[in-house]
Amino acid sequence: MDDFYRDYILDHYRNPRNFGKLDRVDASAEDLNPLCGDQIRMELKLNNRGQVEDVKFSGKGCAISQASASMLTESIKGKSLSEIAKLPKEAVLENVGIGISPTRMKCAMLGLKVLKSAAIGELAAWPDEN
Amino acid sequence: MSVLTADAKVRRIIADFPILQRPTSRGKRLVYLDSAATSQKPQVVIDSLVEYYSQYNANIHRGVYEIAERATAAFEKARETVAAFFNAQTQEIIWTRNTTEAINLVSHSWGQQNVRRGDAILVTQLEHHSNLVPWQVLAETTGAELRFIPVDDRGVHVLDNIDALLDGCKLVALSQVSNSLGTIAPLDTIIPRAHAAGALVMVDGAQAAPNMPVDLKALDADFYALSAHKMCGPTGIGVLYGKRELLEAMPPFLTGGDMIRKVEYAKSTYNDLPWKFEAGTSNVADAIAFAVAVEYLNGIGMEWVREHERQLVGYALDRLQTLEERGLSIYGPRDPDRIGDVISFNFGDVHSHDLASILDTEGICVRAGHHCTMPLMEKMGWPATARASFYIYNTEEDIDALVTGIEKAARVFKI
Repeated sequence: MDDFYRDYILDHYRNPRNFGKLDRVDASAEDLNPLCGDQIRMELKLNNRGQVEDVKFSGKGCAISQASASMLTESIKGKSLSEIAKLPKEAVLENVGIGISPTRMKCAMLGLKVLKSAAIGELAAWPDEN
Repeated sequence: MSVLTADAKVRRIIADFPILQRPTSRGKRLVYLDSAATSQKPQVVIDSLVEYYSQYNANIHRGVYEIAERATAAFEKARETVAAFFNAQTQEIIWTRNTTEAINLVSHSWGQQNVRRGDAILVTQLEHHSNLVPWQVLAETTGAELRFIPVDDRGVHVLDNIDALLDGCKLVALSQVSNSLGTIAPLDTIIPRAHAAGALVMVDGAQAAPNMPVDLKALDADFYALSAHKMCGPTGIGVLYGKRELLEAMPPFLTGGDMIRKVEYAKSTYNDLPWKFEAGTSNVADAIAFAVAVEYLNGIGMEWVREHERQLVGYALDRLQTLEERGLSIYGPRDPDRIGDVISFNFGDVHSHDLASILDTEGICVRAGHHCTMPLMEKMGWPATARASFYIYNTEEDIDALVTGIEKAARVFKI
């Protein structure tokens, strides 16, 4: 598990990308992980073809949840809401790699859960339980 | 080597706990610093469970055959043992699942009978959710007012306005030792003041009963709740103590089998204390094993347990203080005389869950999060904390391992 905290994870934790709020929000959601108290909010702005033009996230919590959410926001521009709704857990795991213990998996998946919730307009299931 | 690590008594205690003899999957020594969540179990307690299920498993109170009579006798003897341990009358010891159920028994049974609109219920800002939510629900359903004894930024009770807070108060509910910060409540002051104001006192003893001598007669609390699993006993069994005259006057909480005297189709009369509050088949095996745990602790001596933990807390504070200049924040009273068994802390910008995960790689078990005290965390402005808690089998070596583990987290997080 200590191998997990690589430089780029710590970099995303301390310097999160796409962090903040949007001036215009077309879809949004927020949720928390009751285990840690991790909180994440995702806001999406869509272009006229219904694709993600901009994304911002905000929240607080452990390095795993915040870095996972930060990296996720870098990979979704241009995707439609239906594409986001179908994103598999690998969308996170290929960013953060291996080495997350089962109880910490929810920390990693919180950003994806919130993003999918924003896309479908209601709270999505935990991606690791699909 | 200090006196404490060389203490032959602690070495003998450690040898009683099979889980402490097993290395972790990474081959590390298990450094268990989460006894405030649940303690480890000595072999005698484990043996007691096996003995019950393999030699005399039978339902109690009704069977007339040999193993049923043996089970009934052991079950009721367990109640006597636990009552004697806490200096209570046997009929005043009600078996519950845990502290939470014991508190719920009081909030539902005594609370619904005695609390009315316009009354006040007084708790503290330190309470575990188990000693807060039941009183929120009681206040909501009766129209009573929920008030709070404040704590300062070290988590110490502030009693400046206690008389005003007690005015019109029916019940004071507070933990004897805070599970988040370790603060020992000034019960010697609060209980007489509450009684003088006409209020009863319910003490959440989940974090105190395992760690210090508790004499319920001397304490003079009206209700006292505790869980066996935090004091070497099994999970699933706890105790509600109540003063006999209060319990006699209270209606049953759960109803059904075993708690009745006579049942007709239209109505029933209820059993005597303590069985009036023990509907359905009781947790026989775990009650018996809890009595074995209590006898085990009696053999060690609760005065010794308190002094051992006081020394460990003092040593831990001394060692952890050396990390403050590198970004360690230590919460709570900072005085071993005022702390039960826990120390809460955070390290730099490392979230407590990340810190706990890194410590886990070294075999060190600490808790991280809000410790079921979300309002306290919110008040203090902490997103979460890491918490180390100590028990009879912990040593200064365990605390040294914790400090080394935090230093590893500093390297991993490049602090």
